[in-house]
Amino acid sequence: MADLKQLENLVIQVRRDILRQVHKVNSGHPGGSLGCTEFFVAMFQVLLERKNTFEMNGIGEDIFFLSNGHISPVFYSVLARSGYFPVEELNTFRLLNSRLQGHPTTHEGLPGVRIASGSLGQGISVSIGAALAKKLNKDAKLVYTLCGDGELQEGQNWEAIMYAAGNNVDNLIVTVDLNGQQIDGATNTVLPMGNVKAKFEAFGWEVISIKEGNNLEAIIEGMNKAKSKTGNQKPICVLLHTVMGNGVDFMMHTHAWHGKAPNDAQLEIALAQNAETLGDY
Amino acid sequence: MKKYTNTGSKDTRSGFGAGLTELGQTNPNVVALCADLIGSLKMDDFKKNHPERFFQIGIAEANMMGIAAGLTIGGKIPFTGTFANFSTGRVYDQIRQSIAYSDKNVKICASHAGLTLGEDGATHQILEDIGLMKMLPGMTVINTCDYNQTKAATLAIAEHQGPVYLRFGRPSVPNFTPENGKFEIGKAVLLHEGTDVTIVATGHLVWEALEACATLDDAGISAEVINIHTIKPLDNDAILKSVKKTGCIVTAEEHNFLGGLGESVARVLAENLPTPQELVATQDTFGESGTPAQLMEKYGLNAEAIVKAVKKVISRK
Repeated sequence: MADLKQLENLVIQVRRDILRQVHKVNSGHPGGSLGCTEFFVAMFQVLLERKNTFEMNGIGEDIFFLSNGHISPVFYSVLARSGYFPVEELNTFRLLNSRLQGHPTTHEGLPGVRIASGSLGQGISVSIGAALAKKLNKDAKLVYTLCGDGELQEGQNWEAIMYAAGNNVDNLIVTVDLNGQQIDGATNTVLPMGNVKAKFEAFGWEVISIKEGNNLEAIIEGMNKAKSKTGNQKPICVLLHTVMGNGVDFMMHTHAWHGKAPNDAQLEIALAQNAETLGDY
Repeated sequence: MKKYTNTGSKDTRSGFGAGLTELGQTNPNVVALCADLIGSLKMDDFKKNHPERFFQIGIAEANMMGIAAGLTIGGKIPFTGTFANFSTGRVYDQIRQSIAYSDKNVKICASHAGLTLGEDGATHQILEDIGLMKMLPGMTVINTCDYNQTKAATLAIAEHQGPVYLRFGRPSVPNFTPENGKFEIGKAVLLHEGTDVTIVATGHLVWEALEACATLDDAGISAEVINIHTIKPLDNDAILKSVKKTGCIVTAEEHNFLGGLGESVARVLAENLPTPQELVATQDTFGESGTPAQLMEKYGLNAEAIVKAVKKVISRK
């Protein structure tokens, strides 16, 4: 396992990657990406038991799905910096003929991506399917999914949440990015979702909360706890409390940067708050 | 004229069930999912024989499509089963993103398509599903005509890599294609050679086309009858070859004239060989309750309607 300092350096570099990707094309979703940076780094550098080469079937390794596909900048950066494709390819984000589509797809064959996502609410269902296939294949590795909190407003999630508990899909860990924000504002003003923890528990899930969702050690500890709970007849939900826009002061605690790129001056300020660590692409 | 014998009417959905049962024995990667319609889809045997490979999803079709997509990632070949309405319109975006765009090897198997679902009425009688599915890039669209062909198609799509929409129905219809015949995806079947008009039919209308052919034969009109079981990819060559000879065409389907087989054929003709065409299809309308035969008559989807369309199209040559 990489040491904490290395991971922290990677977090800062990934933030720079996110900001530079969306700035270059003046589009994309930096807020949620920044909020989940520590989670992605922890997952791909520490937690996922994954192979070094990418195979679509994911047999014999943990599988990760991103359901809220709009946070593709963080996904792409961490995939690239975890060896799935050249870091320089981040230069092609959202450009014509790129494998780095606005939302992640399998269509262009980008290593690390196993399903298209972006139209929200579909990831938990897909994860359940992959988890069931692992059981059929007697593959003891796990399936992980990340979805947004606003995304839970889509009804398909609750079909999936009901199914997974009712059918003891216990090799599945669904993490919900609880940043409390969505495009039109705070989730509590757009469509109050009540007590998400109680809802998952009422459906029969084991729920673990990570209160410091932007703290690497807290994430690793919480996810390891989640992992230890697998195989006990219940699917696992991790409520990851994050701050949207984390690491860039003017992007934090607001929905304003959900889907907006910084201009030149804003980029300069944001990058100055995150000095280059491992080298820009 | 060449005669086709009904070896005993059966429902096409039972052909699907029989094919799935066989796949259960021959292909360990085949898994089946159903959204609370096991009996209607004839999936009972597969469920009984392979409980570990059968997934009762409940009344949650969107979730079913997503789970099917996920199962392919572990190398499985999922067959989803529910009514055509709930297999397509209800879950269009799930199919679009998680299956078609993601190029997942899911077989979407849809029963009770069209008017012949009968008494349940328009809420369940989808007449738009072929259009919805054929518009999705990479989706193969098949509409089989009888029990034997549905069974053969079920076996064939398991061997095909990529998403497939397989459409079949509820009522008993004549079973006349060869037992254990080979099913070639995308290859039209020439049922009867003729010289005056081409009749291209799909699904339940294929038998009606043969009946129409016999009636026309008695009237001295020589009709060529082609069974287009695969609407996408369409067998353009078979269609063009036939109309070069006959000079006019009637298409027949249990589907809206917008988005169905007729429109696909019209495009091929417009691009290659403009030819008079009449469409036997529903005319941009919903269905209603009634017996299958009553509905097919009222909405003009039977042999009589095909004969009428043939006479009209010949007059336009």
